[in-house]
This record gives sequence, C-alpha cells and structure tokens, in this order.
Amino acid sequence: MRPFHYERVSEPVKAIAIRAVAPNGRYLAGGTDLLTLMKDGVECPDHLIDINDLPFRHIELDSDELRIGALARLSDVADAELVRREYPLLTQSIEAAASAQVRNAASIGGNLLQRTRCPYFRSETVVPCNKRTPGSGCSAIRGDQRTLAVVGTSAVCSAAHPSDLAVALVALDAHVRLEGAGSTRTVALRQFYQTPDTAPDQDTILRPGELIVEIVVPRLDPRTVGHYAKVRDRASFSFALVSAAVVLRRDGDQMRNVRIALGGVAPMPWRLPAVERALEGTGLDLRGVAGALETILADARPLPGNQFKVSLARAVVHRALQLAAGAA
Amino acid sequence: MPTGRITITLEVNGTPRVIAVDPRTTLLDALRECLGLTGTKKGCDHGECGACTVLLDGRRINACLTLAVMQEGHRVTTIEGLASGAALHPVQTAFLAQDAFQCGFCTPGQILSAVGCIAEGRATTRETIREGMSGNLCRCSAYPEIVEAVFLAATQPGSP
Repeated sequence: MRPFHYERVSEPVKAIAIRAVAPNGRYLAGGTDLLTLMKDGVECPDHLIDINDLPFRHIELDSDELRIGALARLSDVADAELVRREYPLLTQSIEAAASAQVRNAASIGGNLLQRTRCPYFRSETVVPCNKRTPGSGCSAIRGDQRTLAVVGTSAVCSAAHPSDLAVALVALDAHVRLEGAGSTRTVALRQFYQTPDTAPDQDTILRPGELIVEIVVPRLDPRTVGHYAKVRDRASFSFALVSAAVVLRRDGDQMRNVRIALGGVAPMPWRLPAVERALEGTGLDLRGVAGALETILADARPLPGNQFKVSLARAVVHRALQLAAGAA
Repeated sequence: MPTGRITITLEVNGTPRVIAVDPRTTLLDALRECLGLTGTKKGCDHGECGACTVLLDGRRINACLTLAVMQEGHRVTTIEGLASGAALHPVQTAFLAQDAFQCGFCTPGQILSAVGCIAEGRATTRETIREGMSGNLCRCSAYPEIVEAVFLAATQPGSP
C-alpha cells in the first residue's frame, strides 16, 4: 500500500473542503472495498479523509419516505425494525450480500460505490483493463467471462456492477442525496450509474469531491409486495451471477405497478421497463407472464462465456415474481 | 507528504493500549505486530476468509478490512480476551467438545464469528448457522463440527 495522509473529520463542510484541495484523495467510510483496492494497487490515494464521524447514520421513516444516512452500516439497515416491517426487500437484498462481518463494517453509501468484481480490474498483477487504465485494453474480451455483464456494455468494458442492495433500491425508485462544494443535489439511483462509453473508469455521475450523504426511498402502498432472488456459484458469501428485485402492488388477483431490476448483468442495476409494462394487470397466479418473460434481455449482447445469463435472468425474474406474488 | 506515525488508543480485551502506527496499518497488523496478539490470524487479507475476525464494540468484523487509526477509542475483543481466567468461553468449550477444528488456523476467527453470530440471534437452527457463519472458511473443511459447536453453544442453558 502506498503512503497516504490520514485525516478524520467531524463536519461535512470540512470533509468536502479538504477533498476539494486533494485531487487524489478519497473519502473513507467502512473501508471494506477501498482498502482491498489499495492493497491490490487498484486505488492509490495520497489522502484519506475519514468521514465516519459525520452525522449520517440515521434511519428514519415519515409519511413520504424512508431516509437512510450514507454512513449507516449494512447490518444497521437490514436489522432496523422499521426497514424489516416496511421494506423487507431491502433487508433481503442486504442479507444476500457479503458476509456478516463485512455487513457490520460496510457503509450504505460505500456499497453503492463499490467497484466491479471483474478479475482483471482487480488483478494484483497489472493486466490491460480500460476501467482501471482507460485505453489499456480489455483482458476479459478473451478471458474469463462468467461474471461479466451482458447488457449496457461497450466495446471497451463488460464489467458488471456487484451490489445487491443497489438492485433493490433501483426497483424501489430510490434517490441519492449528494453534497459537494457549495452544491446539494438529489439524483435518482437509476440515473446515478453510467455505461462504460467514453469514460469506463467513471462508474457513476458523482463529481470529484461529491459525497453521498443520504438514500431516500419513497413510501410504498400497503398492498405492495416484493422479493429479491439471487443466484450465485455457492450458497452464500458470493457475488450474484444474476439477481432480480421485484416490486409489485397486489390489486385483487392482478399485479400493478410492477418494477423489476436485475443485478449481475449490467454495469448498473438494470431496470426492465418494457417487461414491467407487459406485466401490468397480469394475474398473480403468473399464468399469463411467459410471453413477457421471454423478452427479458432480448437486446443483450452476451459474450461466449456468459450467454447463460440471459436464460438465467428469465428464470430468476420468474422465481422472484412467484415469491413476491405468493404464487410459489 | 505527512505520513508519520499516529498515536492511538485502542481498548483491547478490556485494557487501554496506546500504540503509534503508520496510517497504513490494518487493525489486524496492529494486533499482531504492535501488540503481539497473534491469535488473530492473517489468511487472505482481503475479507474473504474470516480468519482475522474480531469483535469491534461487540460486533464481528474482519480486522484486515479496517485501519487501526479508524478505530481510535473503540473496543476490540480478540481470542486472547474471550476466556475468564482459566474458564474458557462457552463457545471455546463447545468447539473442544465437538472437535470443531483440524489444523486450527481458522479457529480463532471461527470462534469470534460464532460469538457474534449467537449475539445477533442468528444461531437458531443449523441452517441459519451455516448462513451466519459463511464469512469464515475452513480449508480442513471441519464445517459439520463447527456447525454443531455453534449450535451447542447457542442452545445450551446459560448460553452467551
């Protein structure tokens, strides 16, 4: 690990001010991803600004929305009684992620910003990787493709976003509140990530020095149900090959306001708007969904090593719908 | 660039310990190299094996994934601090009773993780124990015995 200057701050304004004059600095929250990247030489910050004392650990619910401070730990959110009761999908997605030890340390904001698990991006021995060093090439194109994305990719990068929580949050139409030097903005999480086109090293639209301070999730209609289904190479503590977060409102024997996000298939949680529209008003017994499910990822461009993800995604969505609708 | 040592205080196994560390030092390396507490093991150093599991303010974490300077003023419990004098912690006793190890390298992390798992209320069935303990690998594959040990410790009268 390269040497760095370490500084612990207790005021957001101070953190942002320090970061503004430290172009190679990084904010440090849980550290569970950043430290791993630093050990492997993927990240080499010269300044770490420890933000753990900032007042962003709240988990609050009012009549309009759930607000989660970006420094709340994954386990704090998953275990919070009001989250378990009102947003069980969030608890499901967090408990499907990482290990109990990591969930006790990792922050909610950091979870959204974790980098891809593409083995070439994280390789201790430096190999061509456009996300790590734009212009250096992509080792995955002729390499191990099992975990890579199948949609939203480009000629220069096929890395998949690894978060489970972000998939559930995108299905719930969550927003992130960002603070930068003299500016505050709120962005839909769905618009927060970007595809690897001109800047494959930039996973998100976060500006240099901007800080995620809060995640905001709209209140749900009481008839809303959801489910997070995840398929991976082992039973626990593994990243998703494919996952699906499904949210829908039960209306008699029909489903309404269907929202579906996929994980493990794209550089971001991948919503399926056409499928959601096609499922609108179909029966909760799932008898009428086969046609819609067959269109899932019809526009994907899988690589030879991950073609299985297309049919797997259709099966995972079907399973999540079954469990959400109570048809299993 | 100012990269000198930083003096911090950690409460380790109930005792305040003052150490001066390079900011790059992980909590794991601080425990092992600065304090001589080598019971906490370094396996993968990437949070994937769980051998370095300790309790931080009573919650289990990977000591390799946090910097010592981040934990200024916090409470750390390692395998060396679990027993009360000569009396082993109930989870230690259960690991002995169930023969829940072979080479022993992962055992301190397994035991600290089990203490956390039980405290979280996740150790109610063998299935929830397997899920709750998935952050701890055992290359000797003593998993069936580990599950039994955690189940025993969690369900015996007066369990932690």
